Amino acid sequence: MTIPVAMTVNGKPASGKVEARTLLVQFLREHLGMTGTHVGCDTSQCGACVVHVDGRSVKSCTMLAVQAEGAKVITIEGLAESAEKLHPMQEAFRENHALQCGFCTPGMVMSAIDMVKRHNYQLDEATVRRELEGNLCRCTGYHNIVKAILAAAPAMKSAGV
Amino acid sequence: MYDFHYHRPKTLADAANLLKGKDEARPMSGGMTLIPTLKQRLARPSDVVDLGGIKELAGIKVEGNNVVIGGMTRHADVASSADVKGAIPALAYLAGHIGDPQVRNRGTIGGSIANNDPAADYPGAVVALNATVTTNTGRHTADNFFKGLFETALSDGELVTSVSFPKAEKAAYMKFPNPASRYAMVGVFVAKTAGGVRVAVTGAGPCVFRVKAMEDALAKNFSSDAVKDIKIPADGLNSDIHASAEYRAHLVNVMARRAVDAANK
Amino acid sequence: MNAPTGIGARVKRKEDQRFLTGTGRYVDDLPLARATYAHFLRSPHAHAKIKSIDISAAKAMPGVVAIFTGKDIADAKVGGLICGWVVKDKHGQPHKSPPHPVMAVDTVRYVGDTVAMIVANSHDEAKDAAETIKVDYDEKPANVDLAKALDKGATEVHAEAPGNLIYDWEIGVQADVDAAFAKAAHVTKLDLVNNRLIPNAMEPRAAAAEYDKGTGNYTLWSTSQNPHVLRLILSAFVLGIPEHKLRVIAPDVGGGFGSKIFCYNEETMVTWAASRVGRPIKWTAERSESFQTDAHGRDHVTHAELALDKDGKFLALKVETIANMGAYLSTFSTAVPTYLYATLLAGQYTTPLIYANVKAALTHTAPVDAYRGAGRPEATFVIESIVSKAAKELKVDPAELRRKNFIPSTAFPYQTPVALQYDSGNYPPIIDEAIKIADYKGFEARRAEAKSRGKLRGIGFSSYIEACGLGPSRVIGQLGGGVGQWESAQIKFNPTGNVQVLTGAHSHGQSHETTFAQVVSDKLGVPIENIEVVHGDTATTPFGMGSYGSRSLAVGGSAIMKAADKIIAKGKKIAAHLMEASVADVVFEQGTFKVAGTDKAVPLGQAVFAAYVPHNYPLEELEPGMDENAFYDPSNFVYPAGTQICEVEIDPDTGVVEIVNHTAVDDFGNIVNPMIVEGQVHGGIVQGVGQALLENAVYDKETGQLISGSYMDYTMPRADDVPSFKLGNKVTPCPHNPLGVKGCGEAGAIAAPAAVMNAVHDALAPLGVSHVPMPATPLNVWQAIHGARAAAE
Repeated sequence: MTIPVAMTVNGKPASGKVEARTLLVQFLREHLGMTGTHVGCDTSQCGACVVHVDGRSVKSCTMLAVQAEGAKVITIEGLAESAEKLHPMQEAFRENHALQCGFCTPGMVMSAIDMVKRHNYQLDEATVRRELEGNLCRCTGYHNIVKAILAAAPAMKSAGV
Repeated sequence: MYDFHYHRPKTLADAANLLKGKDEARPMSGGMTLIPTLKQRLARPSDVVDLGGIKELAGIKVEGNNVVIGGMTRHADVASSADVKGAIPALAYLAGHIGDPQVRNRGTIGGSIANNDPAADYPGAVVALNATVTTNTGRHTADNFFKGLFETALSDGELVTSVSFPKAEKAAYMKFPNPASRYAMVGVFVAKTAGGVRVAVTGAGPCVFRVKAMEDALAKNFSSDAVKDIKIPADGLNSDIHASAEYRAHLVNVMARRAVDAANK
Repeated sequence: MNAPTGIGARVKRKEDQRFLTGTGRYVDDLPLARATYAHFLRSPHAHAKIKSIDISAAKAMPGVVAIFTGKDIADAKVGGLICGWVVKDKHGQPHKSPPHPVMAVDTVRYVGDTVAMIVANSHDEAKDAAETIKVDYDEKPANVDLAKALDKGATEVHAEAPGNLIYDWEIGVQADVDAAFAKAAHVTKLDLVNNRLIPNAMEPRAAAAEYDKGTGNYTLWSTSQNPHVLRLILSAFVLGIPEHKLRVIAPDVGGGFGSKIFCYNEETMVTWAASRVGRPIKWTAERSESFQTDAHGRDHVTHAELALDKDGKFLALKVETIANMGAYLSTFSTAVPTYLYATLLAGQYTTPLIYANVKAALTHTAPVDAYRGAGRPEATFVIESIVSKAAKELKVDPAELRRKNFIPSTAFPYQTPVALQYDSGNYPPIIDEAIKIADYKGFEARRAEAKSRGKLRGIGFSSYIEACGLGPSRVIGQLGGGVGQWESAQIKFNPTGNVQVLTGAHSHGQSHETTFAQVVSDKLGVPIENIEVVHGDTATTPFGMGSYGSRSLAVGGSAIMKAADKIIAKGKKIAAHLMEASVADVVFEQGTFKVAGTDKAVPLGQAVFAAYVPHNYPLEELEPGMDENAFYDPSNFVYPAGTQICEVEIDPDTGVVEIVNHTAVDDFGNIVNPMIVEGQVHGGIVQGVGQALLENAVYDKETGQLISGSYMDYTMPRADDVPSFKLGNKVTPCPHNPLGVKGCGEAGAIAAPAAVMNAVHDALAPLGVSHVPMPATPLNVWQAIHGARAAAE
């Protein structure tokens, strides 16, 4: 049985017909072809699938597509203004070598942006580390991810994003 | 996961009607346990009734001496609520330490207590603060609500609409997370309210439980010294690759002492 | 002025743009028209006979396209998976080689063993159908406990390996070592278990295959660290598809750490079935499948003894190890606990006599193979644990005991008693630097301060050596390796002067697109933005060995240097012609050919253009075009070395270990990009810390069920489990490769476990705790404290 679903993804209307069991991440990847959001586990822990739904970071592998009906979804593909002008968090990840294989990166970046905003652009290392509880990385040892997020917070503030 | 019929009612009454008479229908609040369970094909509901569209279920109010939290209120909202922080900071702290930020952005208090996972955090607060659970059909006292492993007093189709927490004079929650899952391996909620002192333990056993000996000792002397020598038996506690029952019993004592110290700060 | 981009510069990565904007292309991201989806039905039992498989109901399920069982594969005469490294036992006999069918035919041998492949129009439909397959199993007792796997009467995993023994292997002369022990002033003994790990690259393994009926060509997209080797194995040993009819593409790959070196049954099946189904087939592991079926790592039970003279000089070391192979021999499994382990047992020390005996055992568990460090972390853990234990027993400073036994810098090249010849190194300055960064002198004050807070502080050293940069092919061949270990490169200029660098190495996080471009930019003076590194596609890149064993730069980078030399040599001839000068007088400096002592100059780009538009060109003597390839076979391994110092604080009430400081000082030879090297070290350390404190693959010893089968029970290091790290660096260039580089990918993971565990033991020593099993989880630490207290009472 399929159900029509419609939402806004990265500012553009997106719709399709899904099964009730279709996860939001499946809708993004398989229906919309937006494969930037990844799936790295099946127990809602790795965070490779993190997107923003109505301004909050969520694990898109633990939300049904139908639950996002009418929602505003932002994915990693929707962050950069242009190829030349990345979001300050993306820029900070690049500047600080906060990614290696790149697989966890989309979720990391989405979680990091949400974290910075929730903490009103003011973070210390311990807070960043604790806030990353829902995102696993196997390559970087987190060292440079933490550095990048701490660097991005003031950059986001001054950029007004 | 298996496919199912999906419903998103707008009112509590509609939700109750949708669940009525369907043995295999399941309500879904935050979905933080249900969706992973479905993904692993460990459950096969015919219908999933999503409570996310019911506006009346979410929100936090202060009513007299109580903080009343709607069943669909997300953990993140409890953690950041000025009302909760003002009235019962330990409850805000607890909510801020459930799962990870993304789980807190979706998971709800109603879902958490209705599921009654032995390693969930909220049951500790509900029992220690002697909260009242209100449903679409009635009310439950904290002591009567949690019945056993994944078991509650809720009957089929009964939905948690709100949880009312009395303000505490002193309260604190100390959680020793499972290193892997970060669920509570042992969590101890200590509260001193108008109704007396309560010590509730989650994570250690099949269901949240109170430690009477500690409560009595703390009623006389609300200090960590008072509970320092109170050992709890390991019999019946959970045992797994992360913690033996003996270790959990030991941690209950350690977390209780630390909770009392934190409550006194 | 632009930021420097040559060798030694902290160049920002070229690959980041796509990864940061969600436009990377991993296997599961591929859009394949008319794709079908595979799901594998797996054994729920560790050991059982398959009495029957009934697929009739499943075939009728919605969306099902095809179902294959082990019998179908056997009937089609598909070969089994191979172990590519023949280890000869102590009697000179090759190791036992039990068959490894692509899908189980009549017996399942571990939980997760492949039983049937379901191909459907969607993944959900494939899974729905799988549930309707009826397999009648006759359950048998399982042999799970490694310590008992070789005992008399243990259930045999394969009839071809009596007593579960794959080999009984040794290195060194036991009698000589025994004689040295007889004269020892002190003997330190150690029993340890090197805990089993699950690699957990964040991208699960995936494969997609397509068959072109018109040409008969197959294309396999695989999450492989070495696509050419995968193709070679599939072609020559398993599927029989000729190499030129099989294209293997490893696109963006989300981490490997060894687990994606090997040829697995799923990618084999997907390829094989693609032609039978007539539509593309995609498969991506769910994480729980990764836990069950990715080749696991480590898993040793070891007894070691170190003999010292009265001055604390090491006289001899003997080591007995049982190494778990799992239920089948994975691609490189046999080499890991022998040539990658026992040959490293000299460490950084002059220990003159070493004897090691390694028995490889089969168990009813997932196959075990190389995982970041592969053998060398296990060796380092043995050496560095026993050296620290000896220092404790002798009440000498652990750094002093190490220094006393270091191979002196004047002794290189240094022949160890366990086959390897270390090419270069200078160890004392490394430990000195680490001590300085870690403020070792101030430790006792910090310990006292921690004690005042009720915490136990400890400090631990680990001085590692590794042999990497695999490797000299002749040596590999003598040791039983089935392939060469050279690497290839091709530098292909386009007429407009930009460059494609094709490499047989593969990047799955290592940053080759940046570092290899830096090498070429530095060598040829081409702006880095004009260089594109291409890898991972057997149809476009020269045959190469892929990336593992910290080999990419030392071997692959050297091949690039050789190809660049050929470019320069050819360019000189062209430039000489254009400048009407003698080739001997032409020099190449910063991208320009010049005639010394004149102002004549031809930029490389001009020579390249001339080579492609050869109107004024020495066509009689020189071919047109500017496209050179090279193969580089190293003359030796490379030998990075370093010291890590870990400082922990333990809460004696809970057993929680917190790493408060962690320092790593390494000698990786010359460094192409310090930013990237540091990143490799950070990641390696955390994998080592994970092994030391968090990670443990636990099977139920009776049933063989994988208890730590998801992130709910397998503790992956998270950001708040570790601190930021302090790194230092010393350089002794590798004398035998053109870049003077060693390898940096595995070092962190090799050294860290011993550093952490030595710190844990140091912290707990005042309580009388002598041994904490790894990982030092809160439970294990609490039990050790509890046990010591009980013993004291």
